[in-house]
Amino acid sequence: MSTATHADSQAASSAPRPVYGLIAEFENPGDLMHAAEKVRDAGFTWWDCCTPFPVHGLDKAMGVKRTILPVLVFFAGASGTAAAFALQTFTNSFSFSTWAVVKVTGYPYLISGKPMMSLPAFIPVMFELTILFSALSCVGLMFLFNGLPRLFHPLLQNNRFRRATNDRFFVVIEARDPKFLRGKTEAFLRTLGATAVEAVED
Amino acid sequence: MSTLSAHSSLDRDPDDNTVEIPGTRAPLVLHLETFAEVTSTVCRVAEARRAPMAWYVAFALSLSLLGFLGFCVTYLIFTGVGVWGLNNPVMWAFDITNFVFWVGIGHAGTLISAILFLFRQKWRTGINRFAEAMTIFAVICAGLFPGVHVGRVWFAYWLFPIPNQMDMWPQFRSPLLWDVFAVSTYFTVSLVFWYVGMVPDLATLRDRAKGKIQQIGYGLFALGWRGSNRHWHRYERAYLILAALSTPLVLSVHSVVSFDFATSQLPGWHTTIFPPYFVAGAIFSGFAMVLTLAVPARELFGLKDLITLRHLDNMNKVILATGCMVGYAYSMEFFVAWYSGAPFEKFAFVNRAFGQYWWAYWIMVSCNVITPQLFWFKSIRTSIPLMFILSIIVNIGMWFERFVIIVSSLANDFLPSSWDQFTPTWVDIGTMFGAFGLFFTLFLLFCRFLPMIAMAEVKAVMPAADPHHKQSHDHGRAH
Repeated sequence: MSTATHADSQAASSAPRPVYGLIAEFENPGDLMHAAEKVRDAGFTWWDCCTPFPVHGLDKAMGVKRTILPVLVFFAGASGTAAAFALQTFTNSFSFSTWAVVKVTGYPYLISGKPMMSLPAFIPVMFELTILFSALSCVGLMFLFNGLPRLFHPLLQNNRFRRATNDRFFVVIEARDPKFLRGKTEAFLRTLGATAVEAVED
Repeated sequence: MSTLSAHSSLDRDPDDNTVEIPGTRAPLVLHLETFAEVTSTVCRVAEARRAPMAWYVAFALSLSLLGFLGFCVTYLIFTGVGVWGLNNPVMWAFDITNFVFWVGIGHAGTLISAILFLFRQKWRTGINRFAEAMTIFAVICAGLFPGVHVGRVWFAYWLFPIPNQMDMWPQFRSPLLWDVFAVSTYFTVSLVFWYVGMVPDLATLRDRAKGKIQQIGYGLFALGWRGSNRHWHRYERAYLILAALSTPLVLSVHSVVSFDFATSQLPGWHTTIFPPYFVAGAIFSGFAMVLTLAVPARELFGLKDLITLRHLDNMNKVILATGCMVGYAYSMEFFVAWYSGAPFEKFAFVNRAFGQYWWAYWIMVSCNVITPQLFWFKSIRTSIPLMFILSIIVNIGMWFERFVIIVSSLANDFLPSSWDQFTPTWVDIGTMFGAFGLFFTLFLLFCRFLPMIAMAEVKAVMPAADPHHKQSHDHGRAH
């Protein structure tokens, strides 16, 4: 049993490791932009550009669709408003019991002659919770849609790719793209004016 | 024609980018031409094996002050709020003065990061990161004071609507409770804003890290960021939304703080001018604190090419503008007190200027109204030592503003028989200075270990970041 596992791992290390994709390095945003337009027009789907800062116009060059994030943040904010209103009226305006993990009972406070449902006095907290819910969901959803956080990514193992957060611009075409053919795609990337093209192990 | 040639780039001081040349944008980054130079200039601070000697000296000082704060707070909790100089009627004094002072300081960070972002003020990129850090540390200092002022700190959780066996809830019609929600929301959102902005820069530090500890440390907090443009697309949207959310938030926080005073019946507090007046004052003091920190930081860590004279000049202009607003508010308060015809209101303001706390009032006026007027002169706006001194004077003035508002109004209210005077004890003074220890300790740690300047944002406003940029000319100019 143990010899079999040993043999398997031997085979795995001697055989070429599966390829995650190809990276092509560019020296400036202009070159990257032209390359991105060509990759987009070549009909690739599983590909990306990695840059040290957001390059303006690259979304269009890549054909990235507008994110739905703002719409979802609006609903998160609205739920914050509703939650704050419910919280304040339940705890300060009525006297009934309900279950919120434990049994809770509201307490109608009579303060400085204000009515039980004193909406103007409840506005500040409603405003704050609207902002709080929107901001937290905005950031949470942004990372969720981006598939982050993740502790490992094949690209982060590549030494050349380390400059993607410094001063180099990369086009990445993944091996799972239906149009991906190792040799042909590599040649294609070279025609785009890349300073280097490299395969990244998975 | 002759004036134009006098301003041509040939005979200009290469470090002075404050001159306006018609038709061109002033450079926001000096001397650094490539993205790699920006990266290494900023990362050098965090990557250095040893910090500059001045850092260790400052850190030791701050840490001792922090220790003294710990001692004062512990003594207070074990003994009771009687160790402060509070009395009846002056039940709020140094504690709430410090609270309002620190919350005010905390306003500049979000103003720079959010409001200037919405106005597309690109010069913000050089200073936003550490202004935001300053905000967070200032709000931590602010939170400390009401936290210990409640007296029985072990009941501090009563501030929050937590279900409990006593069926007891906070009273949501009170501005003091609005304050709890406003300040805690502000802290959370500022922290998130700061952190989200920092993720790409943490990834840069991760990718450059030589040691295992740095790699894992920065790696964990970088969340696996790899600069994917599909990620940048959502990231930029999210950042814009956060800026749009923080803008009303930052204006609301000091407004809510001012409600603590404005909704009461006390002469000197009961005024409708308070929310805008407090917000202007907060921005005024916040920018002064950014200057106080930026001037030594850029010298010490070699960041003069990124935090240029133009950045400092711009901040001085903001200080001048908000200083004038504060001065206007002071005079308008007097006008309204006279125009109201209410004798108590009139007395409260005359008493502020000529009563038992006259010295505090005139310190406030000379620091906040007269001093910033010097910034009308360009030679003063661009003089590093002078702006440093003026920024400190402004913050002394803003501390006294809160002291004057709080203490002079409480000490002399309607009934002369209930008047009293407040005298601070050593615990009051120790807690006040100790809070600076907490603030500077956190700030120095931030300077040493985190990217002090938003590298990704600075790179994005460099001319080379424009895809249509031609390699040959105009390096270092923003478009």
